[in-house]
Amino acid sequence: MQVTGSERIVELDVRTQDVDINMGPQHPATHGVLRVLLRADGEILTGAQSHLGYLHRCAEKIGENVDWVQYLPYTDRYDYLSAMNNNLGYSLAVEKLLGQDAPERAQYLRIILVELNRIASHLVAVGTYGLDVGAFTPFFYALREREMLLEIFERICGARLTYTFIRPGGVMNDAPEGWFDQVAAFTEVFDQKWPDYWNLLVENKIFIERTANVGVLSEEDAIAWGATGPMLRGSGVDWDIRRDQPYLLYGDLDFDVIVGKGYRGSVGDCFDRNYVRMFEMVQSNRIVRQCLDRIREGEVQNEEVGMSFACPPGRSYVGIENPRGELGHWLVSDGGKIAQRCRVRAPSFVNLAVVEHMLPGCMLADAAAIIGSVDIVIGETDR
Amino acid sequence: MGIVQFLSDLLPETIPYWALVLLGAGIAFAIIIAFVSVVAIFSVWLERKVAGHIQSRLGPMYVGGWHGWAQSIADGIKLILKEDVILTDADRPLFKLAPCIVLGTALAAFVAVPFAPGVVPADINLGVFFIVAVSSLTTIGVLMAGWGSNNKWSLYGAMREAAQVASYEIPLGLSLMMPVMYFGSFSLSQASEMQAGWGGLHWYIFSDSFWIAIPSFVLFFTAALAETKRAPFDLPESESELVAGFHTEYSGIRFSFFFMEEYAAMYLMSAIGTALWFGGWNFPGLYLLEGTALFTPLAIAVFVVKSMFLVFVMMWVRWTVPRIRIDQVMALGYKYLTPIGLFLVLVASVWEYIKFSMMGV
Repeated sequence: MQVTGSERIVELDVRTQDVDINMGPQHPATHGVLRVLLRADGEILTGAQSHLGYLHRCAEKIGENVDWVQYLPYTDRYDYLSAMNNNLGYSLAVEKLLGQDAPERAQYLRIILVELNRIASHLVAVGTYGLDVGAFTPFFYALREREMLLEIFERICGARLTYTFIRPGGVMNDAPEGWFDQVAAFTEVFDQKWPDYWNLLVENKIFIERTANVGVLSEEDAIAWGATGPMLRGSGVDWDIRRDQPYLLYGDLDFDVIVGKGYRGSVGDCFDRNYVRMFEMVQSNRIVRQCLDRIREGEVQNEEVGMSFACPPGRSYVGIENPRGELGHWLVSDGGKIAQRCRVRAPSFVNLAVVEHMLPGCMLADAAAIIGSVDIVIGETDR
Repeated sequence: MGIVQFLSDLLPETIPYWALVLLGAGIAFAIIIAFVSVVAIFSVWLERKVAGHIQSRLGPMYVGGWHGWAQSIADGIKLILKEDVILTDADRPLFKLAPCIVLGTALAAFVAVPFAPGVVPADINLGVFFIVAVSSLTTIGVLMAGWGSNNKWSLYGAMREAAQVASYEIPLGLSLMMPVMYFGSFSLSQASEMQAGWGGLHWYIFSDSFWIAIPSFVLFFTAALAETKRAPFDLPESESELVAGFHTEYSGIRFSFFFMEEYAAMYLMSAIGTALWFGGWNFPGLYLLEGTALFTPLAIAVFVVKSMFLVFVMMWVRWTVPRIRIDQVMALGYKYLTPIGLFLVLVASVWEYIKFSMMGV
């Protein structure tokens, strides 16, 4: 380092060196076994690189070795917080190959389950985001409401986390007696509890200071990096597959697409991504209510699709709006009982890529805030 | 020097004075350690219960029977029995010395805390100054722990601690100047005695200077939170960023030293707040018992309960708010709290001067 004076040059024997730190694979803020190699100049980050694969379980390869229906339980395990959505994405892709459809009652049941699962997933996302910025209590409030949802799921399919309930041709079974009343009760409770999270966490001055203008992802960058879901909408892009490329019966339902507006900072910051998740829960609740009104008696499984079947030769891609973004299944069939190619476009994986681009220049504490706002599930990034 | 006087009356005259002083110091220190341990054990249990109830759960419920009262005792035994791991690459002398320094300084500061009239281990006439000076020595222990652990996260925690505590010493010191000017004394026991009026309710916070006392207490409490590394200023050990900060690599009894220090420091700051703003041991009606055997235990109880209430407020804050970032901590300290402190000192000095010279109070 040289200090230039008016008359002489003083050479100071001071040299600084950036420090490389491993954030993960075992670190409380990385939500699993993500490893981010950080380079930091004191508290300021100068570089970041994420290393994946600690939870790789060859899901796609397994998909090329088991029956069409046998692969269904593996879909539960990519994004274990929204297993219903994963089941749905795979089932829709298989149905597209088969050229079959699910009965109407099954479609409404699917929408109810998927939207409830979206609420459950966003509750965990918002709660753990509170943990990432140091607020412990909202997490417990979120889990309290999620518990009600898990009971609802347990009652209809017997499982609390990995459901394997939505399957090609419909759903596994009809709802048990009184189940719809339980769902209706939840929608009421949730509307009462939602302001708690808003007031305790989101409107907290410190939370706003920690998230507003942090990790700003511009609209162009979000599109260029292929971000989807709340990441994309948080950056101000008005795109939701449920509305713009409707699947199931979403076309008939009335709901708003929440887009980040820079409510407390600039558009596309961590606050906006969290804001989108907060309000998507309200919209999901609205969708569930509409479905409860519309659902009629009927079949829940298309009889033409059995448990073991062969798909006609062809290829299909179905992308659905998962809580974390677009979950795509690309399936290729050669006419047999087993897929020739089963490729999964995982939203967390694509969204995570942009983290390396957002981290440099931030503070070390922002690393936790930014990674938390992307809301990754390692089971999905690594599959 | 109550204990030494008491000992010299009790023991034969052949024992030299220095031996009496040493013995007295030993007894006082044993009492402090016992007291701090009990406070720490109780505070840990209270913290878990407070956290539990805030988070709509119950907290410990089984160990010991009634509401899990023995939970932290069991935890303490577990920590003592655990293997004491020292990393091969750690700087062993620093690593071993750090917890002792951290806990030692916290205990040393208790020497000047006045629990009741006459019940103060050492009635230093610069008590406020002594406590602030000694308790800030903790930073050295934390720096040693962070460096000695040979872990980058620990080092980050230690550096944050150094920066944060050094910065918040200033507003903390400034906030203590207001009561000091009001009482005209640096002695905590003298300050407590001067709040005895109005039947025991003439506390600084209710006095004619209340309009200075309230903002100065808010300033003190904020700086005290930062000094004791409590949320929202718990950056040195910020769980979601630095794993566990400076004590990441500590286990067993050494870890429990850091743990005890945290609660001891919380109690210490609350005790200063109680002694200077909330009347110390004074309580309405307590003066009626003066002279009876009940007075001193009750005065101690009043003081401890008041301090524990402030400790409870610290816990309440911790489980409610998120954590702020290091640059925001620094900005808050230097851009807001320090100027506010300086301004309050100016206002308070003018007000006390006017009171003294014109009204002759």
